Amino acid sequence: MTDTIRNLTGRVSGATGQIGDRFRAMPKWQRVLAFLAFVAFLYYLPLLGIPGLIWLRTDSIENGNNWAGVLFTCAIYVLIAIGLNVVVGLAGLLDLGYVGFYAIGAYSVALFGSKQSPVVKALQSQFGLSENWSVAWAICIPLAITLTMISGVILGWPTLRLRGDYLAIVTLGFGEIIRIIARNVDWTGGPQGIAEIPGPQGEPSPDNKIFGLIDVKPWYWLALTVVIAMVFVVRGLENSRVGRAWVAIREDEDAAAVMGVYGFKYKLWAFAMGAALGGMSGFLYASRNAFIEPNQFNALLSILFVAMVVVGGAGNTAGVALGAFLVAYLPERFRDFAEYRYLVFGAALVLIMLLRPQGLIPSRRRSRELQDRRKEASVNA
Amino acid sequence: MYKGDFVNFDELFGHLGQHTVDGLAKGSIYALVALGYTLVYGVLRLINFAHSEVFMVGTFAVLGVWGLLGATDGPSLGMILLLVLAGLAAGALASGATAVAVELVAYRRLRRMNAPPLIFLITAIGLSLVISEAFGVWQGRIVKGMPTVIVQEVWLTIGNTRITNTQVITVVAALLMMAALDQFINRTRYGRGVRAVAQNPDTAALMGVNKDRVILLIFLVGGVLAGAAALLYSIRYGNTRFNVGFLLGLKAFTAAVLGGIGNLRGALLGGLLLGVVEVYAATLTSSNWEDVAAFVILVVVLLFRPTGLLGESLGRARA
Repeated sequence: MTDTIRNLTGRVSGATGQIGDRFRAMPKWQRVLAFLAFVAFLYYLPLLGIPGLIWLRTDSIENGNNWAGVLFTCAIYVLIAIGLNVVVGLAGLLDLGYVGFYAIGAYSVALFGSKQSPVVKALQSQFGLSENWSVAWAICIPLAITLTMISGVILGWPTLRLRGDYLAIVTLGFGEIIRIIARNVDWTGGPQGIAEIPGPQGEPSPDNKIFGLIDVKPWYWLALTVVIAMVFVVRGLENSRVGRAWVAIREDEDAAAVMGVYGFKYKLWAFAMGAALGGMSGFLYASRNAFIEPNQFNALLSILFVAMVVVGGAGNTAGVALGAFLVAYLPERFRDFAEYRYLVFGAALVLIMLLRPQGLIPSRRRSRELQDRRKEASVNA
Repeated sequence: MYKGDFVNFDELFGHLGQHTVDGLAKGSIYALVALGYTLVYGVLRLINFAHSEVFMVGTFAVLGVWGLLGATDGPSLGMILLLVLAGLAAGALASGATAVAVELVAYRRLRRMNAPPLIFLITAIGLSLVISEAFGVWQGRIVKGMPTVIVQEVWLTIGNTRITNTQVITVVAALLMMAALDQFINRTRYGRGVRAVAQNPDTAALMGVNKDRVILLIFLVGGVLAGAAALLYSIRYGNTRFNVGFLLGLKAFTAAVLGGIGNLRGALLGGLLLGVVEVYAATLTSSNWEDVAAFVILVVVLLFRPTGLLGESLGRARA
């Protein structure tokens, strides 16, 4: 039984590998064309009406969630996966507190953008501003990115000198601390959270024509655009001096240090970069949702984030994007199993990792590393 | 949100002894669960994330067996003895079996492949989701109350510190089990095997130690201790839930790291320290910040002693 499964997965992985190789062997214009076609399809997805594919929509089942809404969640999870992939997949640092950055991104637009937030009220009374004043949405973007990057550095500075497993527990603690602070102090709105978080068209109201509360499609397109832009940014980083340094550190930190790569600096970079992407994602989430409260950012979510990176194939952008999509999409599509969906999800995690430890779409370099390790094991055994 | 002072020093120092005792009792349970993490980590260098669910299964086993025996609030002395022993047996059996199952299902195959630790972590997370969700579906997602088998009484009063019977039982039981484990690892033939594999698995295998059996053994021992912790938890708190393991597991793991993961005495020290720190923090800040205090202490300790208070390594340390 397991042998047949193994053969099957072997064949599937062979096939995906071949597709990858064939794709890379195509002339550049064909690759660009294929990519553009794929992107166009992604933009078309919320309107999906092709006969035969309609069953993909989450609202094709009873009590299914709004399809564009689910796609929006998928998009922001993909953004998170891309950011976390920088930390976990490229630099090889296990960050179990990524939800902390997501929360900081979400809270920065909430605290500075919403007219209900205690921070905005304090600023109003401090500087004698009118009651309708709050920081504009567009200004909140750089604010959120800066705040999350700073928090990434603050977390990384003392902890990045620790070894891998310790880093995991400390970051897990960090994520929890952020949530507890948000719950316990007054200036974050406490456990009640913050409502009336603005979007691109200002505070949420029924008059907003494009980025409104009911139609989620524009939000999805916005998030998708951000995702595509960030894919290119991260790709650029990956192929730069910084990216090579990350991979070198992941593979062997001591060897990298001997070659003159100062590990700490680049690890901090990876943390800050990953944090910024997580912050952006949280920012989009808060704007769309218009309301956030601390319990939306629990430790389980952090763990799911890591799961989507590893299941998809750490180190490979396409892989982690697929992982994120599956984590966000599958529980929604299979709502029929409502009670069992996390059970099934957990079982799927175990199965995928046992049968395909390199992830669904692995990065080529990483799957070779895994093969090397396997050989070492068989030599030692 | 806060009524009165933010930091309530009077209460803490006025009843320092009381809070310390409360903390030690709380910490003993952390310590027992932490031992499971530390044993596995000491030998395999791997965070057994599913250990929290091993503990959870234990609490449900205790609940089940107490239900079968018809436990009621405040039973007679003979009945108490029976319930405690039956609870211990059921908890240890269920938790031990779960821990062994975790090793066989989730880890063994990956170890053969020499997979990197990250893969183990994700499998463990998946498995712990499966176990806790299975109990959520089966037992309902509600808090399940248990009968109060041992009614709390004050046994001892020193100054203004009142020590209750359950506190004494918890701490003493934890210390006893700790001592037994210490003896087991240091004095027995099996213990020598565990230490050998912890030091160097390949060399140990060359010397004739059956690596797989040793690994199975540590999972079993860790599971049994978690089962004992589950019994103590059931006696003290009298309830359980399908996700009771998550936070407790997190704290226990923190405790293990705090004391120096892979070090048995470190797990005990870390657990007790964490319990005391949490109770102090809860007293100082009206209980909202105890989780933060736990993690802050962890970060501070790791900054100054990067391998925990007592240092790591199961093989080299005198346990």
